[in-house]
Amino acid sequence: MQFDPFVIPFNIGLYFILFYVVIRSVIWFRGLSRQDKLRLQRGFFGIAFVQSLKEIFLESLIHRKILKTNFRLGYMHMSLAFGWFLLILFGTIEADMFGAKHLNAPYRAIFFRFFNPEHGRMGIEAAYGFLMDLILAFILSGLLLAVSKRFWSKIVGMKKTARLKVTDKIALTSLWLIFPSRLLAESFTSGTYGTGSFLTGSLGHWMASFLPVQELAYPFWCLYSLSLGTFFILLPLTRYMHIPTELFLIFMRNSGIRTGDKAGSYSEVETYSCSSCGICIDACQLNFSTGINNVQSVYLMKAIRNNDNVADIAHNCLMCGRCDQKCPVGIELSPIRMIQRRGSEAENDIRNIYKGYFRSIQKTEIDKPNGFAVYNFLPEIKTEKADVLFFAGCMTHLTPSIKKAMVKILDASGVNYRFIDEHGGVCCGRPLMLAGQDKEARELINYNSQMIWRSGAHTLVTSCPICYKVFNESYHLDAVVLHHTQFIKNLIDNGAVKMKFLRKRVVYHTPCELGRGSGVYDEPKAVLKHVARLEKSKFEDQNSLCCGGSLANMKISYREKSRIACDAAAELTKGKPDILATACPLCKKTFSQATETRVADISEIVAEALMSSTTPKVISKQFYSIKELADIS
Amino acid sequence: MSKHVVVIGGGVAGMEAAGQLSKCGFEVTLIEKENKTGGNINNWYKLFPDRRDSSEVKEYLDMISQKNGIKLLTETTIEKLNRHCDRFSITTDKGTEMTADAIIVATGFDLFKSSRKEEYGYGIYDNVITSAGLEEMFRNGKISLTNGKIPSAIGIVHCVGSRDEKVGNLYCSKLCCVTAVKQAIEIKEHIPESKVFCFYMDMRMGGTHYEELYREAQEKWGVNFIRGKVSEAGESIDNKLVIKVEDTLAGRPLKMELDMLVLMAGMEMSEGGKKIARIGGLNTGENRFFSTSDHHYGSNISNVKGIFYAGTCIGPMSITDTISHSRAAVSDVMDFLRDQ
Amino acid sequence: MKKMEKFGFVISKGRQIDYESNDRRIAEYIYKREPSFRLCIECGGCSATCTTGNFTGFSLRELHILIKRGENDKARHDIKKCMLCGKCTLVCPRGVNTRNIVVLARQAFQNYDNYAI
Repeated sequence: MQFDPFVIPFNIGLYFILFYVVIRSVIWFRGLSRQDKLRLQRGFFGIAFVQSLKEIFLESLIHRKILKTNFRLGYMHMSLAFGWFLLILFGTIEADMFGAKHLNAPYRAIFFRFFNPEHGRMGIEAAYGFLMDLILAFILSGLLLAVSKRFWSKIVGMKKTARLKVTDKIALTSLWLIFPSRLLAESFTSGTYGTGSFLTGSLGHWMASFLPVQELAYPFWCLYSLSLGTFFILLPLTRYMHIPTELFLIFMRNSGIRTGDKAGSYSEVETYSCSSCGICIDACQLNFSTGINNVQSVYLMKAIRNNDNVADIAHNCLMCGRCDQKCPVGIELSPIRMIQRRGSEAENDIRNIYKGYFRSIQKTEIDKPNGFAVYNFLPEIKTEKADVLFFAGCMTHLTPSIKKAMVKILDASGVNYRFIDEHGGVCCGRPLMLAGQDKEARELINYNSQMIWRSGAHTLVTSCPICYKVFNESYHLDAVVLHHTQFIKNLIDNGAVKMKFLRKRVVYHTPCELGRGSGVYDEPKAVLKHVARLEKSKFEDQNSLCCGGSLANMKISYREKSRIACDAAAELTKGKPDILATACPLCKKTFSQATETRVADISEIVAEALMSSTTPKVISKQFYSIKELADIS
Repeated sequence: MSKHVVVIGGGVAGMEAAGQLSKCGFEVTLIEKENKTGGNINNWYKLFPDRRDSSEVKEYLDMISQKNGIKLLTETTIEKLNRHCDRFSITTDKGTEMTADAIIVATGFDLFKSSRKEEYGYGIYDNVITSAGLEEMFRNGKISLTNGKIPSAIGIVHCVGSRDEKVGNLYCSKLCCVTAVKQAIEIKEHIPESKVFCFYMDMRMGGTHYEELYREAQEKWGVNFIRGKVSEAGESIDNKLVIKVEDTLAGRPLKMELDMLVLMAGMEMSEGGKKIARIGGLNTGENRFFSTSDHHYGSNISNVKGIFYAGTCIGPMSITDTISHSRAAVSDVMDFLRDQ
Repeated sequence: MKKMEKFGFVISKGRQIDYESNDRRIAEYIYKREPSFRLCIECGGCSATCTTGNFTGFSLRELHILIKRGENDKARHDIKKCMLCGKCTLVCPRGVNTRNIVVLARQAFQNYDNYAI
């Protein structure tokens, strides 16, 4: 026989989902900007294409990143994804090689054993049957882990697992039924005909001894087809949409498309690519230190997809970037959260809502509550000319040790500098941006930019990473922007200052806005290595912790922030260092109250180590040539 | 054979307790970690509310605690403290072992480390000192800046390290306000032409004659009181101190340059007391001081039978209240040992 | 009798804080979403450290007390000047989340009287 009615659910499901995915992809493609469309088209040829295929293999199938982070979780995902892929691949080859004809309909491959019950008794057929059974066993081992994880998340080493909706639960059940029903259907058939390999054959043989296997086979083939069909039809309504979406995402990302500042096709594709693996929950310090576990990125993605109340979730985040680092799908979680924060402040909130299968564009007029900020009280700008400007920032005024240290270092360097906000200045604007109020921040940015521009300075040094990030990204200055650690490193490299070596053991805490936020990891460590004994830490560079002092989170109380700070400080001072070094005044303030160990900014340590030179050289003119400026930036 | 009571801590509370215990006929050992007794009273020159000499009180305490029968161990700390049957066994850091029938813990307080309040500039700017530092200057008879000059504008900041969630001390240290008023008057006594400003959140004058002292400061000595919490201090070009404060009653920010800033550091649980808590299994409260069995009628009683508290180890209190509290501890010890 | 009605003192209504009939919905809105608002003791630390306060007459402490008493007019106008820099929250000894209160106050003014526009 070539056909049986039980395959109909499978056929309907398969053709439906293929059709749906194609339509969705076309809709998303059309939603891209012209530039991005060109990028994507180019991405389908050349190296980007090969890279995408490689990434699909390594990440979507093998889940290499998850394997590295958490082996059991990775194995679970891999066995289901890669195993199913192999099953389909080898099943198709099986149908092609051993079937009645070549180029069969898909159902001939999936239900091969049903249509060829006598196949597989010996020789190459038996060997092939062994392979198919092996793949099935592989999938079932992962499935066992998945089922256990739903009820006991520790078995995959995770502290918490994502919660599910009703349709998700139905889809999950049908997914879980697919492979066991295949196992039983094949086993019953094998038991009836005496075929099958080590798994299906043995099981079938054993069950044949006490069950009516011939009668039982057909219902389980129906169940197999039905569960496949249900899963495929429900797929677009559930988080399993991530399976096809992730493929599209990989091509888009390797073509050079990025999230940007506004919601669009790419950010939508990203939110649908979230596989709800839950690694972001594990990485999140809010979860670990304060037990807040319903606002992490996976829940934000869910809320966006389901058009829930996103604002509360979006604002309750330290914006530390740890989840971005760990996301195995490579979704740009922080930019997406920022888009949502801006969205809650926007005049028109345009949302693409998928109500079930169909898309509707909702345009809601939202009141702009915080849009009435008014900064017209700022005084006229008066500046003097200077080569180098030092901007301490709002926070540094509450840590005068940093101010004093920087003044000492700047004096010793001999550059012609001005401390422009010595008696208080205008906020750099980033706190407003973190609250989603970009337009308001623009006023402050313009004011400060004017001041910096009028001074004619070629370099702007700041001791605060929050200011540093916004100066780099949102101000468009002619001057070179340096964090004070970069400035100090230049002084060391140029031999402009001499320092003695302090015999102190130091652990360095990378501030979120400087490290993950701006990519500055090496200069601070280089400076510290020059003046003290820098020790390695488990939480270094991209894996560094957040101090908890975050300006980005307005929703948690001071006590909750303290708990995050105490936990982070305890981790960093495990080796009992002499000093816990930071490069951010907010980190310094937060950690000072969280640990007994001395907390010091890098500038303080450097100032301590400075050996006073007799006459500071006036080297401002030779100090920064245009070439050097280009090298610094 | 008379019972042996060990008093841990040789400050005001410890000395008073030791003296009273000895009068009741107990054998007393007084253990003190520094090389002399007195504890925190050694840091004060004149005491509120009437600015009498602290040496008079110290003399009284010396007199009652230097009796025959009171064994004094200075420069000694306790390493082990265990209960066996009805008695305690104590091992000191010098290896001495002793048994006691009851223990009075009188470990006192430490002053808040003002460098933790970095925005006030203690240890960073010149001429920012604490209340203890100012007492030292009174004792030496000279109030001067680091450059040797006499200050003419002095600011006193209340509530440094107390009533402050940001440093983890929610409680009020009770005595800093009256100390501030006393010190303001003393500054005016030393430097009559100086201007003294007290920056407060509240004026807590809750003891006998305290409110009268406040009145005297305003009326007789011309001390200025400004209601506003100083948020930060900075340095001006000529090395003077510039503070940022809002005059909340006038409703506007205040601009002022000062020569010297005095920080009223609050009281915290002492390091020695924390150690005793650990080795003795004694409970401490959220404010990190020892927690007592009852606020009203059990303020000397701990969670370990036979160990009692005297003085500021349970919370901020004045010298007057410390002496009363110590006497109450002795009464509880007598009760306890009578029943044995 | 009629003559007696026109005799006597009339208390100037504008001077008093009419606590009962003042509009305290803004305060209620903030209390519900930021319970730490209740902890403020008006110490003035926030106003002292305020970045905006360097440039213009803006006192966060004053706005807090006015909102609590229901005297919204000045608060409605001045609350727009905050730069959200966060120094006030770092200084507050009671742990009041002052930054969130500014954001919530603006939302409340928008909700209840559209900034009285």
